[in-house]
Formats: sequence, C-alpha cells, structure tokens
Amino acid sequence: MDKNKQSYLLFGVFSAMIGISFLTDFSLGVRIGENFWIFAWDMLRILPPAFLLIGIFEVWANRKTIEANFGSVSGPKRYIYAILLAATTVGGTFVAFPVANSLYHKGADYNSIFTYVTAASLVMIPMSIMEASILGIGFTALRLGISLPLVIISSALLGIYFKNRSYVLPKEATG
Amino acid sequence: MIGLYVITGLAFTISFFIDREKTKKAVKIAWKKFSKILPGYLKILMILSIVLLVPNELIAQYLGESSSFLGIFLGGVFGSITMMPGFIAYPLAGVFLEQGVSRMVIASFVTTLMMVGVATYPVEKQYFGKSSTIIRNVVAFGIAMIIAIGMGIFYGELI
Repeated sequence: MDKNKQSYLLFGVFSAMIGISFLTDFSLGVRIGENFWIFAWDMLRILPPAFLLIGIFEVWANRKTIEANFGSVSGPKRYIYAILLAATTVGGTFVAFPVANSLYHKGADYNSIFTYVTAASLVMIPMSIMEASILGIGFTALRLGISLPLVIISSALLGIYFKNRSYVLPKEATG
Repeated sequence: MIGLYVITGLAFTISFFIDREKTKKAVKIAWKKFSKILPGYLKILMILSIVLLVPNELIAQYLGESSSFLGIFLGGVFGSITMMPGFIAYPLAGVFLEQGVSRMVIASFVTTLMMVGVATYPVEKQYFGKSSTIIRNVVAFGIAMIIAIGMGIFYGELI
C-alpha cells in the first residue's frame, strides 16, 4: 500500500475514533477532536486560496524576474524582498513551505528561500501586532531586532553550505 | 485572511481575462500540488491534536519553576514539539506571564513554537528534503535560544 493511502486510512480510523468519542462522551477523544478542529478550520480557510495563488504564480511568474529579485544576482536586496514577502504571508510556515519551493524552482536561491521561510514564522504582521498588545511592544521589537540579523546571517551561511554540496530541493511534494 | 481572498480573487480574475488556458493550467497545478501534500497536512493535524492534550497549567508550572537556562531550554523544547496558531499562542503567553513565567522563557517558547517544527516535519521534508529540513530546524532552535538570552539580559532576568 502506498504512503498516501496509508495516511488516508490512518485519517479514516482517526476520524472514526473521534466520531465514536463524541457519541459516547469519551472526554479524551472529544478533546482530541476539538483540538483537531482548531487547526483544521484554519487550514480549510487558508490552504485553498493559498494554493490557487501558487498555481497562478507558477504559470505567470517570469523566471528572469524571480532570478533578478530573489536569485544570487540580486545581492543583499533579496533578503529585504524575502522578509517583506514573509511579513505578508498568511498562514505561517504551512503556506511558506510550498511558496518557497515554487520560488526556488523559478530561480530564487537558497539564501532567499531560507530567509523567507524562517522570517515567515517570525515577522507576520498580524501576529506581531497581537504579540505587542499582549507581551508589550518592547518584547516584539527586541525579538525582531535580534532575530532578523541572525536569520540573514544563517541563511547566507546555509546558502553557501548547500551550494557547495550541490543540494537540490525536491521538485514538488512526492507523497 | 480577508486580504488573502481579495488578492487571490483579483489575481484569478485578471489571469482569467488575459489567458483562459493559462488560468486553467494554474488551477490544475494548484490542485495537483494540494492533493499531493494533503496527506502530509493531515498527519500534522493528527499529531498536533494529540500533542495539545498536555494541559497548559502543567507547562506553565514546569517553565515557571525551572532555573534560568534550564527554563529557556525547556521552553524551547516545548515550543519545538508543538505548534499553535498565533491567536492561541499569544493569549497563552499572556497567561504564562501572569503566572510568573519570565519573559525570556516565554520568548524561547513562542519563538520555537513558530520557527521550529517537529510536528511540521512531514510537510517541510517534502518541499525541502530531509537534510535541509533538519539543518534549518536546528539553526532555528539556536536562533530562538539567542533571542531568549537577549531578552533575559534586556529585562534583567538572567543576570
């Protein structure tokens, strides 16, 4: 049985157990079901438009443009673009992974996509606003101030490392 | 969230009027990509819904009682294992703060929560390959630790 079918089968069993838990008021199962729904609802709303946008990006994005802005010829500019793109990515890393993969295959280099993915989990604008209101603006400013330089430095180093090893990202999800 | 729908809707409409065939192809690509990664997302969802059973009070207790460096490290470990959407994570961080968990430990927890994904490994692996995924997460953990220590120095919690 291939891996995809295994996952779907596992998910079927999982759903059935949640269903039975709700019917029999089995509290542990009910709580798992509620936790599941918190994430599932988020993904259901975000993933379909996000993937559609990725599809549109893939047919229209010009390789040369991506290379010029996110490729190694772009120089330090590409880190700024990657961070700006990350700040506006909705859905965090769940969306950032497939976007980064598409960017890479359109000519972005490692440095840009590493910066993008890591920054996507750090600087999302709506989340940072929420953070500042709960933990204080100093907390948020300090977190971003320390992390962004580190993200850029580590992306640059990782970029060199992977280039030397001629590492290539998988073309797309293999299942 | 609404922005995403507006942008996608606009992009789709414009694309459709300029070139129908290309837009059809875009939808096909989107569907193919989505259906290939769906099992990965389902795996994450199942892992997360079980991991989140650990009561928050228990985490707060551990983090509040541990000494500075151990607290930072534990916060990082808890944050790495699980993952939460921001609208749950930050109110929770607020509760931790009220219960006396230090800001540096909260920083370590919140940062790894978002940056380091043990639970998201099934999806990241498929887009980045195994070795890149592992290295990125290790580096992200390191960055989170540095952020936490920076917070500790700034807020005078460490020394």
